[in-house]
Amino acid sequence: MSYLLTQLANGLSYGLVLGLIAVGFVIVFTATGVLNFAHGSVLLAGAYLVAVLQPTVGFWAAAAVGIAGAALLGVLINAVLVRNLAEANPGTAAILMLGVDILLLTELTRRIGNRVIPMGAPWGADRVEFAGVSLPTSRALAALVAVVLFAALWFLFARTRTGVAMRAAAADGDTASLMGIRLSRTGAAGWALAGALAAIAGIFLASFPAPGVAPTVALSAFAAIPAWVLGGFDSVVGAIVGGLVVGVATALAVGYEAELHVLGSGFGEVVPYLVMILVLLVRPSGLFGSKEAVRV
Amino acid sequence: MSEPVRRIGGALALLAALALPLLLDDFWLQTGLFVMAAVVGAIGLTLLVGRAGQLSLGHAFFAALGAYTYAWTAGESGGRAAGLGLPPVLALVLAGLAAAVAGALFSPISGRLRGIYLGLATIGLVFLARHLMVNAETITGGFNGRAVESFAVPGFSFSNSDPDYLAVAGVELGGLHRLWYLFLAVALLAAWIATNLVRSRTGRALANVRDSEVAAAAMGINVARAKVTAFVVSSAYAGIAGALMALAYGRIAPDVFGLQLSIDFLVMIVLGGLGSIGGAAVGAVFVVSLPLVLTQYSSDLPFLAAPGSGGLDAATVSRLLYGAAIIAVLLFLRGGLAGAFDRLAFRSAAAPDPSGLPPAPAPRTGAETTPTVPSPGVPTRSKETTP
Repeated sequence: MSYLLTQLANGLSYGLVLGLIAVGFVIVFTATGVLNFAHGSVLLAGAYLVAVLQPTVGFWAAAAVGIAGAALLGVLINAVLVRNLAEANPGTAAILMLGVDILLLTELTRRIGNRVIPMGAPWGADRVEFAGVSLPTSRALAALVAVVLFAALWFLFARTRTGVAMRAAAADGDTASLMGIRLSRTGAAGWALAGALAAIAGIFLASFPAPGVAPTVALSAFAAIPAWVLGGFDSVVGAIVGGLVVGVATALAVGYEAELHVLGSGFGEVVPYLVMILVLLVRPSGLFGSKEAVRV
Repeated sequence: MSEPVRRIGGALALLAALALPLLLDDFWLQTGLFVMAAVVGAIGLTLLVGRAGQLSLGHAFFAALGAYTYAWTAGESGGRAAGLGLPPVLALVLAGLAAAVAGALFSPISGRLRGIYLGLATIGLVFLARHLMVNAETITGGFNGRAVESFAVPGFSFSNSDPDYLAVAGVELGGLHRLWYLFLAVALLAAWIATNLVRSRTGRALANVRDSEVAAAAMGINVARAKVTAFVVSSAYAGIAGALMALAYGRIAPDVFGLQLSIDFLVMIVLGGLGSIGGAAVGAVFVVSLPLVLTQYSSDLPFLAAPGSGGLDAATVSRLLYGAAIIAVLLFLRGGLAGAFDRLAFRSAAAPDPSGLPPAPAPRTGAETTPTVPSPGVPTRSKETTP
């Protein structure tokens, strides 16, 4: 029983971190209509900054720089590239982001080389015990931080002028623009927010039990894509729920791999995608996605 | 570009493609094989993305399916990995067929999702493919892959033997030369079928669905079926491309068919210009040969460092060029290379036009289709600007 609980706790924590990444996909998508394939490299860039700076300036200052750096990187990508596309449509924007991802990832991979740079977080390899469940402190902290951030996001979108402006711009850009909302600002805010969330997720993904920052960390953003898709493409709540579903399903598949041996080794890696395909078969627009209304 | 010039250009290109194997060494022959295999896959993807407006990142899955279907059905039974020992020609057809069937099985999703949403859903297929390739060891040979039976028709083998010695103009035609002509034939056939498909009733229906699903439905097109058709045809192309890749490699392993292959296919058609069949071919040449050529000649290029030294090695430089090329084309070249080419051709053709009409927009992917709202009573038909 406690084994099951441990797996569930691990899955929930992982799922919440995936949720942070998936929410970034949603915010960028609703704010600027871009499928951000470079999200993984932005995440890696943030984590890399933290890991490189922390020996000299200390972890907390490095974390602040890393988060701000990733946010700035997002804003720059939007301002310099996305807004200057020759043909602005979601398809070309998505492919543009593939190009950006290749550039960023190649450069970061070259800088990191074969190293695995330790994150140097103050909680190190500590573990916490709770109701018979032993969990790495970083995992517990990740869950806590994610929940706090989700609450802050709710506050932002529900109670502040900026957040309401972003929602209005997402719902109907033209009308929002006529009402005096600057789409360039809501777009930049969305990219900054997504970048910052990605960097935070990156810090947790690269700390214990993971060994540190390596180029493979960027791939974790790909694991968040099923979470985003099955939650519905334009719903923040959907992204969080999707993250939890994918996280728990993955943790269970990995934890019970011996029992699931018939399905082949490494089954945990395909679980997110299987879940996504199954959900899409039943609900093509995801669990919480708004159905596309077609009027003739 | 007038029709005769286009014809002559095409004939010259064909002659060059026929004569090249007599001049090239093995490295370039091998590169050519990879390029032609990629051309087939890129043409299939451009039908889906450029013509039907559906995005797919799952083409590595269909290519893998084609490759392993070929290797399995053509392979001799009794080795480490099983095989059916069927004639290779049949195996090649089966490779395309298996991919098409898999594409059809995906139709509940491909018929209902649109554009980039479908692109995201298809990412799942790539990871599924990797899992199957690694685990279905009896068919795929597992992580280390399996050897691929060389192609043959009765009495003639596309390898170094049977006939053991074959020469044209004093150049011995070995396995690579023979495969070059096979691949050329398949690629030309693929391009020919695709061109005809685009100009057919089906192709116009696809373009209509891409531009407006509502307008297409109003004109009596079954939108879901059109999307499924595009996906199935495109999958079959990817399957054949995968089988060709298997033949070019001689040995296949799961790593070849990762997400990167899907992205490569997509980049080829974007660089070339979405929807353009010639553009897809040009894009394939660039994407496939850039890393191979840079790596091959890296020791001759003074600005390249040795791999692993932390400097700019050939692989890094080719990745950077690749990423920069995508960004540059999307920012500055509407419609990719094909679009730029057509604009140039249009400008030179339009210059002496004295009619005084305002210049029509340059022909590019979106320009040749019906207006979104067809005027009542006038049956508007989509029309190709280039005959």
